[in-house]
Amino acid sequence: MSAHDPNSPVPTPADDVQSGDAVHPGHPVTVDRYTLAARINHWITAVSLVLLALSGLALFTPRLFFLTGLFGGGQNTRILHPWIGVVLFCSFALLFIRFWRANLPKRVDAEWLARSGDMLAGREEKMPEVGKYNAGQKFVFWSMSALILVLITSGIVMWDQYFYPYTTIEQKRIAILVHSATAIFAICVWIVHVYAAIWVKGTFSAMTRGRVTGGWAWRHHRKWLRELVGKPTTTPTSRGTGTPAE
Amino acid sequence: MFPPIPNPSVDPSAVTPRFGEKDIVRRSASTVEPPAQRLTEVAKLIDVTKCIGCKACQAACLEWNQLTEEIGINHGVYDNPMDLTENTFTLMRFTEWENPETENLEWLIRKDGCMHCEDPGCLKACPSPGAIVQYSNGIVDFQHANCIGCGYCIKGCPFNIPRISKVDHTAYKCTLCSDRVAVGQGPACQKACPTQAIVFGTKEEMKGWADFRIKDLKSRGFENAGLYDPQGVGGTHVMYVLHHADKPSIYAGLPDNPRISPIVETWKGITKYMGMALMGVAAAAGVLHYLVAGPNKVTEEDEENAEKLTSGAAVPPPAGPAGNEGRPT
Ligand code: HEM
Ligand code: SF4
Ligand code: SF4
Repeated sequence: MSAHDPNSPVPTPADDVQSGDAVHPGHPVTVDRYTLAARINHWITAVSLVLLALSGLALFTPRLFFLTGLFGGGQNTRILHPWIGVVLFCSFALLFIRFWRANLPKRVDAEWLARSGDMLAGREEKMPEVGKYNAGQKFVFWSMSALILVLITSGIVMWDQYFYPYTTIEQKRIAILVHSATAIFAICVWIVHVYAAIWVKGTFSAMTRGRVTGGWAWRHHRKWLRELVGKPTTTPTSRGTGTPAE
Repeated sequence: MFPPIPNPSVDPSAVTPRFGEKDIVRRSASTVEPPAQRLTEVAKLIDVTKCIGCKACQAACLEWNQLTEEIGINHGVYDNPMDLTENTFTLMRFTEWENPETENLEWLIRKDGCMHCEDPGCLKACPSPGAIVQYSNGIVDFQHANCIGCGYCIKGCPFNIPRISKVDHTAYKCTLCSDRVAVGQGPACQKACPTQAIVFGTKEEMKGWADFRIKDLKSRGFENAGLYDPQGVGGTHVMYVLHHADKPSIYAGLPDNPRISPIVETWKGITKYMGMALMGVAAAAGVLHYLVAGPNKVTEEDEENAEKLTSGAAVPPPAGPAGNEGRPT
């Protein structure tokens, strides 16, 4: 009893099955969702984003100025923030290269969005089957990509220590207004992203251990799971979690 | 001639500072209790029409503040250095202007530096509590111990005045010699000026002296002579007498109608309120949703379906191309 009977129909290769994604039959079924490299990449991005939000908000409003204490005072906050920004930008760029293909919009995304009310109300059975990412996750991916691009651009214009002579004061004023507003949106998108991971149980293990249960994949990313099961290269495990007879 | 400020007494009892912490009316990134009594406003009046461009004030400023400017290069003009720096708090700017009415070449010499605005954009922009303070006598002063070197003050200032030091990474500008004024002296530049183009006193006195000067100028054919005390920033505590007060910008780009940039007002105003509100709403919506909808949990049935799928057993059919799952639409 094998999951990949050569006679069973093999779905056409999909954009959203990524190298490293694999299903391991067993009880429960486990599904590899993120490689170790992807997880490291993700957590560098996550840590730098949180540090940027904290150090940026410290300068954003006097009520949060005390946050500079976390970075060793105001001067150090001012020095560190842009450098962490550079780390974030590079790390996110790698993440982008990794994930962009699986986040390309599909027709099903429109329907998913139209029904997102059902999703939020907990009636997930009414949602269309989606691949590795649903429209909400794609929204987070693309909006973060755009926001980070704007943040690095405006951030460099404001980075007086190294870039002061290259722009006019008027340009710097525009940059700081844009940077502040964009940072707020980025933080809001981050809140949505983190909330989704907390709300949808079983999600965290995707980014910690790299895998999710089959039930999680069936419930939230059924199309992706079907594609994986049909994928000819699926091997019953090097991890030992899933011999079918178990 | 304006009566010179007498040398102060050297009697130690007379050296108690005339203003200090208790006279702070504005403090960056902080709210302050306004002092019960406001000090008399002071002002420095720079009479551009009397300036001979000798730069004694520029030298006196360096000397009093114990600053040394880098040795620069000759750019073929009188301006030296070419711009304000963290050491040069005041700079003579020279303009050769051809008056279209008289076809005369006029040599306009303006002493540039902090204007000590009544509504200071630098202070409004500063994110660091207490890095910029304004005293009730009108002096705007930077407190280096609190400065983080972010350069926001540069963006806030309508006159392009503050500069960040590459040595200690804090912002510098003219202090209006707050240390000298505190003990009853005038600013160093004023003291050094050989023609009394710079005078110092209460703001009222300075306006009165300016009126006298302007009448004199008008009587000598400078019909547009006037006082530069721009109301867009609430007036300033450094004022100019200009022969052509109708066109301040001919004096090396002195702003015609200075005011805190609307971009800065938006950044320091609505962006902060809306931003905090938006982040608050996003976080609250999350908490509320969790409380109302509860966690989204994987069911036993989901796991069984996944097991059936991997083992090739019958499972609910795949969705249609648009993911309709055969539902009537
Ligand atoms: C991507 C590269 C980034 C660069 C180069 C950058 C650079 C800067 C610079 C130069 C400043 C001025 C203060 C300072 O000198 O430290 C600043 C302020 C700020 N940054 Fe960034 N930043 C970046 C990313 C971010 C991100 C991702 C966030 C938020 C999630 C953020 C939030 C803020 C905030 C809130 C401020 C304060 C703005 C204000 O005072 O209104 N920045 N940034
Ligand atoms: S550089 Fe210093 S004085 Fe200027 S805005 Fe930043 S903290 Fe305030
Ligand atoms: S001229 Fe600029 S630096 Fe001086 S008080 Fe006004 S805003 Fe501040």
